[in-house]
Amino acid sequence: MTVAPKARRAKRGTKPDANPPTEPERTALFNFVLSLADDALVLGHRLSQWSGRGPMLEEDIALSNLGLDLIGQARLLYAYAGEVEGKGRGEDDLAYLRDEFAYANLLLVEQPNGDFAATMVRHLLYAAFMHPYLHAMQTSADARLAEIAAKAVKEMAYHVRHAAEWVIRLGDGTEESHARVAAALEGLWMYTGELFEMTDDERGLVGKGIAVDRKALQPTWDATVARVLAEATLQRPAERWMQSGGRSGRHSEHLGHLLAEMQVLHRAHPGATW
Amino acid sequence: MANATSATGVPSPLVGEGQGGGDGRTLPVGIPPTPNPSPQGGGEPPGVAVGDLAIARAHRIAAAVVDPEIPVLTLEDLGVLRGVERRRQSIIVKLTPTYTGCPATQAIRLAVEAALAEAGMANARVETVLSPPWSTDEITETGRRKLQEYGIAPPARGARARSLFADETVACPKCGSTATAKISEFGSTACKALWRCQACAEPFDYFKCL
Repeated sequence: MTVAPKARRAKRGTKPDANPPTEPERTALFNFVLSLADDALVLGHRLSQWSGRGPMLEEDIALSNLGLDLIGQARLLYAYAGEVEGKGRGEDDLAYLRDEFAYANLLLVEQPNGDFAATMVRHLLYAAFMHPYLHAMQTSADARLAEIAAKAVKEMAYHVRHAAEWVIRLGDGTEESHARVAAALEGLWMYTGELFEMTDDERGLVGKGIAVDRKALQPTWDATVARVLAEATLQRPAERWMQSGGRSGRHSEHLGHLLAEMQVLHRAHPGATW
Repeated sequence: MANATSATGVPSPLVGEGQGGGDGRTLPVGIPPTPNPSPQGGGEPPGVAVGDLAIARAHRIAAAVVDPEIPVLTLEDLGVLRGVERRRQSIIVKLTPTYTGCPATQAIRLAVEAALAEAGMANARVETVLSPPWSTDEITETGRRKLQEYGIAPPARGARARSLFADETVACPKCGSTATAKISEFGSTACKALWRCQACAEPFDYFKCL
């Protein structure tokens, strides 16, 4: 059987040396992929801190599963970031050997777990954004990001659903649960502005069809959050000043503590395995 | 390819025992038992061109490796074997992960590498492919039947079309009743949800749609 000319051309196009990116392009892509990986890892680690402490067995398992999904996604992204960078750094180097100022995650995901309501609100605000984001990234001009997104989007649907169900149950629950989830929403709202901010690198990549325009996802996110809050009998917090800085490494004090705990083993015993 | 016998009609020592019979169940990473490892196992000497028979053999070996978490399913049943191909002097076995964070992914890879090595195929190696993403729709009919018999309700078809906040109807794998309720969307492993049957009052696992 002969290979169709079109297929042959496409195959040649996938060779890494077909169109080598310039150094600034490579750096922009590296930074962008790294920021997505940092989001997933930091939130995944936060959720892992619930292991053994969930409010009930089923939820303990659920939180660990959600964390596992995110850490799995982070690994795929770190591995790719390392390849893009081309300096031989792998997923462990990127996760364990960078300090907080080098981390580019959103401030939202590093916020402490607080009570169960705060964890679920934080998760809803993140997942309601990431689900449409990953959905859009499936058509990224970067084939690797597109395939990572195609895998992760299916998992993220579970995340939105799970967090939404809990926010509704708690909001429309007892006086106590309503008060807690309302307080969590008030406390975390100022970190949601960052979901829609883009770095210069990212804007450039949006122009090339590689990254997703965050701003364009705001109506979708608003609609999901509004629907859940309405069912949860919760008010959308008033417009306010939005906190920012995670993408440029300006973090809240919480990230340093998280990284210290997460990185200590690898730093004390470089290359440790079991 | 699902055939449990080799090209010569001799049962392969590396094929799993279906319903978890024998000692295979107790092996931690799903390596099927090798009661009679043969030293002249037909391994490809290095430097010899990789033939179609070797490809078929590697495929058969990889397809028969069992999932460490659901040991009734082979990789073929699970639909994670994405093909075996020749690349210069090597045989490449392509696997796709199920759930991104599933710890069994690594165990499956090791089990396939071990099974190939044990069969003397030193020139075979495993490669991970992400695209197209695995879906529970790729579990074969045989796989679905095995899950059902094992007590895990097979996943609903058309997982991709599922809407974000819709509920599903799942039949109890023990009594068949559809009077069932979801306890949690997250169960004992990344691929399972926890359900309860209201008819026979038994809790059961449901294979999570993806």
